[in-house]
Parts: sequence; structure tokens; C-alpha cells
Amino acid sequence: MTLTDSKFKLDIKQIQLDFPILSREVRNNRKLIYLDSAATSQKPQVVIDAQNNFYETINSGVHRGAYYLAELATDAHEHAREVIANFVNLKPNEIVFTKNATESLNLLSYSFLNATLKSKNDPTIDKRLILKPGDEILVTELEHHANLVPWQELCLKTGAVLKWIPITDEGVLDYSKIDSLINSRTKIVAISHMSNVLGSITDLDLISKASKSVGAFLFVDACQSVPHIPVDFHKLGADAIAWSGHKMLGPLGIGLLGATEELLEIMPPFISGGSMIETVTMSKSTFAKAPKKFEAGTPPAAEAVGLGAAVEYLQKIGMENVHNHERHLTKLMLDGLKEIKGVTIYGPVDDRDRGSTVSFALDGLHPHDVGQVLDDMGIAVRVGNHCARPIMDKLKVQSTTRASTYIYNDDSDIHALLEGIDEVFRFFGKK
Amino acid sequence: MNLTNMYQEVILDHYKSPRGKGLKEPFQGESHHVNPTCGDEITVRVQLTDDKKKIEKISYESTGCSISQASASIMFEQVDGNSLENFDKTSGEFLAMMQSKGIFEPSEDLLGDGISMIGVAQYPARIKCALLSWMAAKDAIIRARGEK
Repeated sequence: MTLTDSKFKLDIKQIQLDFPILSREVRNNRKLIYLDSAATSQKPQVVIDAQNNFYETINSGVHRGAYYLAELATDAHEHAREVIANFVNLKPNEIVFTKNATESLNLLSYSFLNATLKSKNDPTIDKRLILKPGDEILVTELEHHANLVPWQELCLKTGAVLKWIPITDEGVLDYSKIDSLINSRTKIVAISHMSNVLGSITDLDLISKASKSVGAFLFVDACQSVPHIPVDFHKLGADAIAWSGHKMLGPLGIGLLGATEELLEIMPPFISGGSMIETVTMSKSTFAKAPKKFEAGTPPAAEAVGLGAAVEYLQKIGMENVHNHERHLTKLMLDGLKEIKGVTIYGPVDDRDRGSTVSFALDGLHPHDVGQVLDDMGIAVRVGNHCARPIMDKLKVQSTTRASTYIYNDDSDIHALLEGIDEVFRFFGKK
Repeated sequence: MNLTNMYQEVILDHYKSPRGKGLKEPFQGESHHVNPTCGDEITVRVQLTDDKKKIEKISYESTGCSISQASASIMFEQVDGNSLENFDKTSGEFLAMMQSKGIFEPSEDLLGDGISMIGVAQYPARIKCALLSWMAAKDAIIRARGEK
């Protein structure tokens, strides 16, 4: 681990050396300034090595085969599950590996659909999972499409009604009507912990209390929070959380669902096939216990092992330290953006109660053009609607430019962005 | 590669002063296209001559980046009042140029100011921006001919 241990002061220069991609050049032989970690994070060498090492030394079928390598691969896979579970204060059997967070959220929505369909012939299905016309599913206006479309689909198929917590014109959740929005008809509340567009953090205390008071399940999209702030599942007051591996220094192709043992026990499977069964006859099957019940097919074991290494890397740094460092960068970015004439920031303009993801607009310029000129300087930001079109409609913009940080970013990256924005204005003759 | 290859003066000029912008009546075919990644949108209307061989009037309304806006303005200049045969050739040439990765000698006779978009073809992420108006126009023509 390359990290100096002076109080809360990370040696970012050393951390940067752990990420091989940061030493490459991009357009025009410029140094890469990566400010798109909200889309996907870069990977430290230990993660790349862990994944390679799996293929080089223990590659074999996990949970199948009685031979030596299969045992090692299974152990590595299950060790990763333990590490990841511990990271968010869950038990290993409360962690389900999926392909990505989108699949985790679909697992939840399809499990409710399957329960509803099966309940017609199967009296053992838990009543709490059965949706009927008039039941309500509550989301928010700032959800990523991944935590919106699966619930729209579930409503269409069951007759349940989709409701949402609105956002204000300033881009923060409007909690004023929570008492009526979460009511006796509400069966599911699905809400993001931190907005992938605005960086704002949801008041889950309030939502959790309201959900519990009416017996609704609370599902949290934690894609933007788990990588950046300390998250303890039991403090969220949720029944399940979904997040992705690749946004937290881990490999692509692996996502997570964390849920209470009880919920995983009562939910019917989503994808079926090999590995998730107990007994199979030609006419019917019984299913394995969770988490295997939800892990049909050969699992992406090397990716799981890589993700385990990513979590261990983050644990060595300490999530409080990660958060403090990013809060510092966020303040620097917000203060700098506020000083540039012609820049509009969307979402919270204070560094409290928000993550490091900042969306903004440059007067008279389209984000695509902004991103292109920044790219010419080696600066990678995201432009577009960030898979959250309803926010764009609310803010009355077509798209935004979004910068987001991680532990490998330093002050010079933020200064480069701010200078880059000045250059964008100059390039298009606006200054 | 230099950014001014993409943002040539003539493109920025079309962006700042778009030609033919604004929807017109009457029209026989209308098409609305969206680039879902960035939210750029365009509506194109087409009115054909009685013999259905010529574009009597093409009009559009759009929002988006400099490349998509300039491309719409250039598209208008090149096809308004011209034959459908000309549209097929022009749009074919434009598409070939955009798919060429920038290695292409575009016909100025066909593309007019559109040849300035050759630099955009070097940036894969922006090709969709340049093609948006042309694809919408093609679709509007199909509708105007009553084929959809």
C-alpha cells in the first residue's frame, strides 16, 4: 500500500502511481485528467493483478468440480464475497453477485413480478411481494434510468401505480409531501442514495422511517455512495441496496445486491438455470438458498476476486479519508466554478450533504462542445443526460457537463478543469 | 490533430447563423429524431412537388450542439428546392464522408459547405451529431412519399 499515514492527509501522488492508466497520454499527447469516475472508476494495479492472477493460477469452475483448482477458485470467490459484505456491514450470504447494478435492480423488480405471477398457483408466496392494481411504487424524479425503468415496467405488468418524489427547480428532493406519497398503498420505495447527476445525498432517515411505518420495502440505489462515502447497510434502514463494482475501483461486469437475509429468503428467483437449484426433475425444480438462488450460471469469478481486491484497497485508505479528500476537491471545484462568469451549477452548491459529482452549464454553449474542447486538453468529463432524462426536463436543459472525482484526483486536476472552462469560452468567442 | 479541424470557421458560422431554421407549412411528411445520449433533437418537414420528384420545401427546428446545428443548416442549403435524386446522392456522400474516419475527398459540388465536416469524421463520438439532421430528413421524405 502506498500511502502516508499522516492524519487524514492522503499522499495522492503516491496513490496515483497505483493506477497505471494515469500515466498514459491522451489527445494531443496531453496528460490524462480523469474527471468521470461517476461513470466508471479507474483500476489500481492490485485489482488488475488480482484478476490476472485468478486466470493465471486458479482459473476453474467455481462451486463445481472436486479438484484442487476448483477449491482454490471457490475459496477466492467466496473470500471476495466476505470482504465485500464486511465493507457494507452485511453477512456474506446477504450479498448477491450480479452483472451490474442495473441487473441488481432488475433482480428486485422481476422477483416481485415473479412472486405476483406465481401467487396465483402457489399459496406459499409471501403476501408482501404480491402487487395488485392500485398498489404504489415510489421513486424520485432524480433517479438514474436503472432505478426508474424497471419499476415502470413492473407497474405496467402488475397494475401498480408509479409515484415519485419531485425535485425542486434547484434540483433537490422536495420532501414536503412525503407523508402523502408514502401511504398504506405504498409497497416499494426505490430511491438513490446519491444523485449521479447532481451529487446530492438523499435523506434516507426520513424515507426509511416513513417506509417502515407503512410496511413498504425500501430499496436503495447506492451506486454513487458506496464507492465514495462510508456506508453501513444497517444504518441506511433499507431492505436492499444495489451498487456496481466498476465504480469503486473494481472490474467491469460485476454488480452487487445486498439485502436482508429475510428478504432474500422470501423472494423467488429472477434468472433460473444451473447453480441456483437444489433438486431438478423433468417436471419441476426446487431452489438453492440465497445468495446462490440468485446466481444462476457460471459466475464471473475473476471479476469478483478483482472487486474483493478493490475493496481491500479502499479499506486500507479508509472510507472516511476517501470522503474527506473528495469533499476537499468538491469544495475547490464548487468555489472555482462559482467564480467563473457564465457558469451555472445544478444541484447543491455547498460541499455539505453532497458527493463530488458536479453538473454545470456554460452559458450559450452545448455540453457536447464543452466536452470536446476539454478533451482537446486531456480532460475527460461526461456530457449528456447521464441516463437521468427526467432531471434534465426539470432543470429545463437538454443535457449538462458533469465532472466527478475519486481518490486519484488532486488539486491540479480541478485547476486544470477550471482553466479548461475559461479556454472553452475563449475558443467559442464568448470571452 | 487540431481541434480547429473539427470546428472550422464555416461550421461555427452555420452554428451562429443557421440557414432556413423554423418549421414551415404545408408539409406532407414530418420526422422527429433524437440523439438519446445528449438529448439533441430535430424535427424536419418535407413538402414534395406534385410529381414527387423534387423537394419543394424542407424546413426544420432543432436544438443541440454546434455540430448538429451546423449540419442541419448545411443540409437545408444543399437539399431545399432540389430533386430527390440529388438528395440521395448528397446524403449518400455525406454519410460516406462521416464513416470515413476522415480519409475521404468529399465532392464540394454535392456537399457545399458540408465538406467542412470532414474533421468531425475523426471524432467517432460526434458522427451521430452530424448525421442527425440528415437521417431525420431522409425519414421525412419517406413519409412525404407516403411510404411510411
